Amino acid sequence: MTNPPSRWQYFTSGIIKENPVLILMIGLCPTLATSVSVRDALGMAAATSFVLLGSNLVVSLIRKVVPASVRIPIFIIVISTFVTIIDYVLQAYQPALYRVLGVFVPLIVVNCIILGRAEAFAYGHGVFDSLLDALGKSAGYALVMLVMGSLREILAAGTWFGYAVTPSWFRAAPVLFMIFPPGAFFLIGILKGLVNRLTAQKT
Amino acid sequence: MNPAKILMGAFLVNNIILMRFLGLCPFFGVSTAVETSVGMSAAVLFVMMLAAWVSWLLYHVLLLPLGLVFLRTAVFILVIAGLVQFVEMVLKRYMRGLYSALGIYLPLITTNCAILGVTFLSIDYQFNLLQATLFAVGTALGFALAIILFAAIRERLEDAPISPSFKGYPIAFVGASLVSLAFLGFTSLFGISL
Repeated sequence: MTNPPSRWQYFTSGIIKENPVLILMIGLCPTLATSVSVRDALGMAAATSFVLLGSNLVVSLIRKVVPASVRIPIFIIVISTFVTIIDYVLQAYQPALYRVLGVFVPLIVVNCIILGRAEAFAYGHGVFDSLLDALGKSAGYALVMLVMGSLREILAAGTWFGYAVTPSWFRAAPVLFMIFPPGAFFLIGILKGLVNRLTAQKT
Repeated sequence: MNPAKILMGAFLVNNIILMRFLGLCPFFGVSTAVETSVGMSAAVLFVMMLAAWVSWLLYHVLLLPLGLVFLRTAVFILVIAGLVQFVEMVLKRYMRGLYSALGIYLPLITTNCAILGVTFLSIDYQFNLLQATLFAVGTALGFALAIILFAAIRERLEDAPISPSFKGYPIAFVGASLVSLAFLGFTSLFGISL
């Protein structure tokens, strides 16, 4: 496990090949709920990444002293510590974002991506590898949030990061459907179908 | 808030799955057959009510007076995880029938974000114990309605001629989108806002 290429793979595998949302289909709830605009989507991705990095870091540090039989409750305590930190930081410094994300900030604690990485990776790997893994999975998650948030904002409001990017006739009658829950379900279905098609062609 | 409004709001207007996007994992994971969906719904109803009571009491009797509100996230998730294990043991010992019916669904509920979501929302909305109970019941019934309806649709999708890359999850999402669109029609029913 010392040769550089395999370590680099810990980072890259999370982006496309083992993308948490589009390939593994975990962490769907916040993805659909908070991707109404690209700014909120990336805010959620940043909060989740913070918790994932923190949890992978701490879990890999304490992995030798944590008995296997009580590891899950300990992972949950570690994760909820970081969730509480980001909860209060957002409340203090990003109140507008915090209002939009609402209950999904404390609910990062049950995001399967984070507990899944603690259990499947950080508990059995060193600190550096675990951080690489967390960065890769975060990048993969942020990529999906960027795509979902961008498509939904452009289609539903005609803007991107709040700037008008479509002709005025489109903004006068945008695809309002995309801002509502059905739009999010529809879009992730289409994206998943496209990903399936692309990966099927490769193999 | 009016009790009937809380119940109907949680049941239809702000349906936990289709409008709030909570509990999607069991929604897509278990909804492949009507029978399993009914079992999961029963387990959710049972645990959601218990979790609502326990978390409400913990928050108002322990965390709030002691100024430990910041421990909310950690305490709730651990209590719910413990509660599910405890319920499983009690059922196994004293209610074999119910245990074998709910058995396999109970452990899955620990990571069901709908349960934790309801406990957080009850506190954000500043519900009293009765309101929190109604909210939990309405939410669980909404979960049941959505997942059982959707399971019936998915059973038919099994035989539908769908392009291979859209089989399974993608078409399930598109189906969920249409069910969600129908639920969007409940918006402002009885004057309850989204």
